[in-house]
Amino acid sequence: MDLMTNLMPVAAEIFLLVMACMILIADLLFRQNNKRATYILVQLTLVGCSLITVGTHENGVVHAFHNMIVDDLMSDVLKLLTYLAVSMMLVYSRQYLLVRGLFTGEFMVLALFALLGMMVMISASHFLTLYLGLELLSLSLYAMVALQRDSAVATEAAMKYFILGALASGLLLYGMSMLYGATGSLELATVAQAIQSGTANKSLVVFGLVFVVSGLAFKLGAVPFHMWVPDVYHGAPTAMTMLIGSAPKLAAFAFVARILVEGLQPLVQHWSGMLAILAIASMAIGNLTAIAQTNLKRMLAYSTISHMGFLLLGLLSGGTEGYGASMFYAVIYVLMSLGAFGMIMLLSREGFEADTLNDFKGLNQRSPWLAFLMLLLMFSMAGVPPTVGFYAKFSVLNAVVQAGHVWLAVTAVMFSLIGAFYYLRIVKLMYFDAPETHAPINVDQDAATLISINGLAVLLLGLMPGTLMSVCAVSVQQSLLLH
Amino acid sequence: MIFGLPVISVAIWLPIIFGVLVLATGDDENAPLARVIALVGSVLGFLVTIPLYTGFVRDTSKMQFVELRNWIPHFNIHYHLGVDGISVLLILLTAFFTPIVVLAGWQVIEKRVAQYMAAFLIMSGIMIGVFAALDAILFYVFWEAMLIPMFIIIGVWGGPNRVYAAVKFFLYTLLGSLLMLIALIYLYNLSNGSFSILDFHQVAIPINAQILIFIAFFFAFAVKVPMFPVHTWLPDAHVEAPTGGSVILAAIMLKVGAYGFLRFSMPIAPDASHYLSGVMIALSLIAVVYIGLVALAQADMKKLVAYSSISHMGFVTLGFFIFNAYGMEGALLQMLSHGFVAGALFLCIGVLYDRMHSRRIADYGGVANTMPVFAAFFMLFAMANSGLPGTSAFVGEFLVILGAVKANFWFAFAAATTLIFGAAYTLWMYKRVIFGAVANQHVAELTDMNLRETAIFLILAIIVLGMGLYPLPFSEIMHVSVNDLLVHVARSKLP
Repeated sequence: MDLMTNLMPVAAEIFLLVMACMILIADLLFRQNNKRATYILVQLTLVGCSLITVGTHENGVVHAFHNMIVDDLMSDVLKLLTYLAVSMMLVYSRQYLLVRGLFTGEFMVLALFALLGMMVMISASHFLTLYLGLELLSLSLYAMVALQRDSAVATEAAMKYFILGALASGLLLYGMSMLYGATGSLELATVAQAIQSGTANKSLVVFGLVFVVSGLAFKLGAVPFHMWVPDVYHGAPTAMTMLIGSAPKLAAFAFVARILVEGLQPLVQHWSGMLAILAIASMAIGNLTAIAQTNLKRMLAYSTISHMGFLLLGLLSGGTEGYGASMFYAVIYVLMSLGAFGMIMLLSREGFEADTLNDFKGLNQRSPWLAFLMLLLMFSMAGVPPTVGFYAKFSVLNAVVQAGHVWLAVTAVMFSLIGAFYYLRIVKLMYFDAPETHAPINVDQDAATLISINGLAVLLLGLMPGTLMSVCAVSVQQSLLLH
Repeated sequence: MIFGLPVISVAIWLPIIFGVLVLATGDDENAPLARVIALVGSVLGFLVTIPLYTGFVRDTSKMQFVELRNWIPHFNIHYHLGVDGISVLLILLTAFFTPIVVLAGWQVIEKRVAQYMAAFLIMSGIMIGVFAALDAILFYVFWEAMLIPMFIIIGVWGGPNRVYAAVKFFLYTLLGSLLMLIALIYLYNLSNGSFSILDFHQVAIPINAQILIFIAFFFAFAVKVPMFPVHTWLPDAHVEAPTGGSVILAAIMLKVGAYGFLRFSMPIAPDASHYLSGVMIALSLIAVVYIGLVALAQADMKKLVAYSSISHMGFVTLGFFIFNAYGMEGALLQMLSHGFVAGALFLCIGVLYDRMHSRRIADYGGVANTMPVFAAFFMLFAMANSGLPGTSAFVGEFLVILGAVKANFWFAFAAATTLIFGAAYTLWMYKRVIFGAVANQHVAELTDMNLRETAIFLILAIIVLGMGLYPLPFSEIMHVSVNDLLVHVARSKLP
């Protein structure tokens, strides 16, 4: 195979890497306090990445670098959405970070490196590349959480994130090494073949699977491996929380789907049972604990845990329906979580984080428009139509029922009923209570426009969800199940 | 067609668009403008539904004014609307009450006027959507979307305990609807990938599954009706809601639950409906008798009318599950009549509350001395609520009792007690509030109704009397649909 055919599938990654390094240097030369030039350069890089990804798209599944990398429709779609999420994150967090003196070149470069990690995760088809991508993402995130050096909470969060993340990586690696020992390969397709043909030692493979699933659950934040999620979400500056809670979920979906669906499909009976337990536990603990929170970021952390439970439900149901529903769920979740964290940043100002529930009291009287957008986001997270969150839950439930697990679906809706309570509480605080402060909301024009688009997208996608649903279903169908 | 646009879509989206326009007027500085736009939108919203009545073909039970478009191709979900004899009057009822509610809140609502008016307009469109949807997911979307504006209405403009009532209302109804969603998805898989309600009607289902489906639907619809024992949200919601909210709750939202039984439970799971009809009748009779007695003991006027609503809705579900034409047609007429009468009673209480800021019966007495015109109208609606012949309520109740006699004498006997209890609690309340000597200084200072209030009541009074004296225009339109539904429900759907 000549070099060009190998390089084309990773053209976007190469471009991003080069640009990230250049921005790191260029940032030292720009003598601007507001980092406007760097910021624009970063946004242009993301646009460039999207153009390259669209431009190098090829029908069918392309493997490169001896099956280390795969380029298919799913990876392209997920990458485009990841660029979008990172770009939105930068718009939302610019004002917030500028006020806190954190809007530095390093922040943006780290974000780009995290993005690079996600891209590698999304299109990896080999345990090594998967791991490489994951570590690149994780290390960037650890550093970003710790970026606010003089904040004790942020440093503590970074420490916890790092230690638990390293533990999870260890588990994952240990599991991978067992799979390697049993099958003699790190390539996902070969591993699947070896297990299918029965040449691999069955008990060793299943043992390895347990560690791999535990590692994945750690990274997703599924119960009982969720301990780090609330602390990190709470402790990190909101901009970093937004990054952790948004785009990486898309990468995590691809990561889990590649390993379990492509690599370990023959063990589906084993892992779908494990996922069922993880899913139910996540929905139960996530939703119940979220009720008791007084800090919005912590509440959203627990809500993330329960959303990940729902995402796992789709995966364990299997088939185009299940995987497509899961992907759709991940995309919608990212959209909603960007909006929610964006709102927290929009309402915060110098020396004040709008991250407790009480800070949302009487928002309808301070700004009816922002309150309305937050209402849409909250109802969407609760899964109430006509917002798009409903269709995410609906498609997952449909997959679960189709797979014959009606009782699992009933359990899931019962927990989302419990979940509705705490989302409803935000609406209650915004609309029914009197504001605690009348401080004017300092509106950053870009962020305000973006949150309007983001909030309305939740509603409009809810009225017209068909296209996105089909895109998810088709990309999963063309990518995962071809193998 | 109106101006080349399909009638039902216009009826749904016109109020919603006007609602958005009203929202756009913004702050309370523009409140007069918001009120005018809301009134224009709601009146237009009612006018555009009139072709549904005039153009309705009476001698078929087929869906009419059908609109069918692709919506979510991936799941074979359609934007599928249509009306039959059962839903058409409910749509008119919904559109009719929107201008009334707008007028009722004209002066009383002073804070966040635009949001208040917009919430009712948007809800009007959504409720029409519920009655017209023929695709299960479209129905579900409208059904759930209804909760959001109502939650806001109760929570923002309601009474002192409004937050508790709003959250209770929301969670209670969400519980029911989520189970229904599972049932719908199950039916989708059973009917080979169709979400059309009409396809659901035809698909064969084993008895065990039918019973589970029936129970899932039961939770959704019984909570909305509300039937005993899942009625406890209603008194709270009614008492705390602003007058407009109570009117919409009583007049329309309760009917949505009853409509669900006719559109989903009975035709989709007919065998289970027959199998469980004993339970349904028992629950209905408990609602009629027991809740009637509960109403007698209330000290709060709104609570009293709320309990009376539950009792009257018990009549409706009784009429459905005795499976004969008298019962079902009576129940449908009772639904319409209860909409007008309960709506009017809540408006009456609203008139008093606006002046005295109290709903306690004990705070009143001798109102007839200061508000004679009001007392006369209140009298008429109180009589209608107790089922006096010549008023609309009598027609429905009489037919249901007639149907019940055919099914079982004792059903009819128990149901007929409502005529006694209903008269007792309504008239006793009326006596304590209106008659006697002027109770206190506040009552002495009351002023009678103004032109706006009188106009509202005059319209409602004409309808209540008109429907009581000449119910044919209402009953003829539903006749064929009801008969065909009964024929359909009598056929077994076991595979």
